[in-house]
Amino acid sequence: MKTIDLSSASVRELNQALHGDVQDREWRVSRPDGKHNLAVGINQPLSVDIDGHAGYYCAGMNQQASVTVHGNVGVGVAENMMSGSVRVKGSASQAAGATAHGGLLVIEGDAGARCGISMKGVDIVVGGSIGHMSCFMGQAGRLVVCGDAGDALGDSLYEVRIYVKGSVQSLGSDCIEKEMRAEHLQELQALLNEAGLEHKAADFKRYGSARQLYNFKVDNASAY
Amino acid sequence: MCGIVGLYLKKPALEAQLGKLFEPMLQAMTDRGPDSAGFAIYGDEVADGWVKLTLQASAVDYPWAALMGQLEGRLGCSLDWFQNASAAVLKVHTHEAAARAALAELAADVRIMSAGQSIEILKGMGLPAEISSRFGLAGMQGSHIIGHTRMATESAVTLEGSHPFSTGADLCLVHNGSLSNHFRLRQELKREGISFETDNDTEVAAGYLAWRLQQGDSLAQALDGALQDLDGFFTFAIGTRNGFAVIRDPIACKPAVLAETDDYVAMASEYQALASLPGIENAKVWEPAPATLYVWERESA
Repeated sequence: MKTIDLSSASVRELNQALHGDVQDREWRVSRPDGKHNLAVGINQPLSVDIDGHAGYYCAGMNQQASVTVHGNVGVGVAENMMSGSVRVKGSASQAAGATAHGGLLVIEGDAGARCGISMKGVDIVVGGSIGHMSCFMGQAGRLVVCGDAGDALGDSLYEVRIYVKGSVQSLGSDCIEKEMRAEHLQELQALLNEAGLEHKAADFKRYGSARQLYNFKVDNASAY
Repeated sequence: MCGIVGLYLKKPALEAQLGKLFEPMLQAMTDRGPDSAGFAIYGDEVADGWVKLTLQASAVDYPWAALMGQLEGRLGCSLDWFQNASAAVLKVHTHEAAARAALAELAADVRIMSAGQSIEILKGMGLPAEISSRFGLAGMQGSHIIGHTRMATESAVTLEGSHPFSTGADLCLVHNGSLSNHFRLRQELKREGISFETDNDTEVAAGYLAWRLQQGDSLAQALDGALQDLDGFFTFAIGTRNGFAVIRDPIACKPAVLAETDDYVAMASEYQALASLPGIENAKVWEPAPATLYVWERESA
């Protein structure tokens, strides 16, 4: 295992060390002290442990790597992730997993507003609660919330399947509660198990798109 | 973009270190606001019946001693003062209104940055490191402090446009965000008798709070009104004589992070600004919820 201490090394040195021809598969980052853009754009199966709180866009654009933050993260953790996995042991700020196409993002604590905004295929599992406007325009993937969801969940939703165990403060436009069928219980339990969170799929409710905003309705033409 | 930071000490034993603990917090927010910086520090209280004013002149060689001599003659009461770079802190045994009237007459070019029994507001143009060294922040003592690093978007980069803004006796405001209805609100507040010195949006928010407080609102009521009447983005930190408060608009685009230990409560735009605090690795660290008021205050002044 190789360690990079960010009280002496720069963020650029860290990211460059994780790109290109990398010999060591396991990395540890000490003294992150809330710095932004840590472990971004990795494109190989590395394992990175960040020992403390990270700032904005941590593990953004991740491909293949497995990144664990032993603390909280700022805005936009794992934004635009393509594959691999990111685990946050603490809580995340806003826009966690924004626009991410693939991989698994696990947040063991809470996530702030706009969690999973415009998500495009990533799976996000949150151990706690999420803030308002989460999964806005979510296109593909699954969002699992073991706590509560804030206002306007799933506004203008496309095809993300949302599972919430606790209460939902309000649903956004075109987001509705849907029937939990056998295949949903199965995929949810698999996600909870993969995230290592001990919850029963049967305790959750499923939300999805009513698909009423997909197409322009000629009756609304006069509004334009 | 701007940076805001605040530090409230729970233990009086730490008060000697307030400036030393706060200086790296302010400087850590340089990336968010490199054009101006300022802070409001609370401590060194004057007795009841006295008022403390922070004054700013346009130059460091302003003849403060001459002004203070004239002021003592005009007011006919005892006063105490000291100079700090281009600023001076005046403590005078009279009412705030009397001191303001005398200053307006004797030195119309001197600006009153703050008034109260505890508050001192020091601010100016330049990098946060320049502002903190100009005023000797690291050596300052007090119970609590809030600060701001500015990246101007809504109005000119000037001393007057930098934060904190005074909102009344021992009250001040720092703001990260931008208000979109400040022009109309300024007109309405002018009709209510509130005066403004700049085109700055935050000054309107400060004027709004000052007006609500004059109407008899509590700080919580005034901030509740702000959630209704201010249109735009904001994270506010509000300094009070006994502590400080934090509130974010309902959309909460502008960041904020809070940390609490047995020794202090700290807030910042980004966690980076908290990383230098002692014991932060074991602090409770969280993001304040939208449209929710957080207040920390001592029991009494």
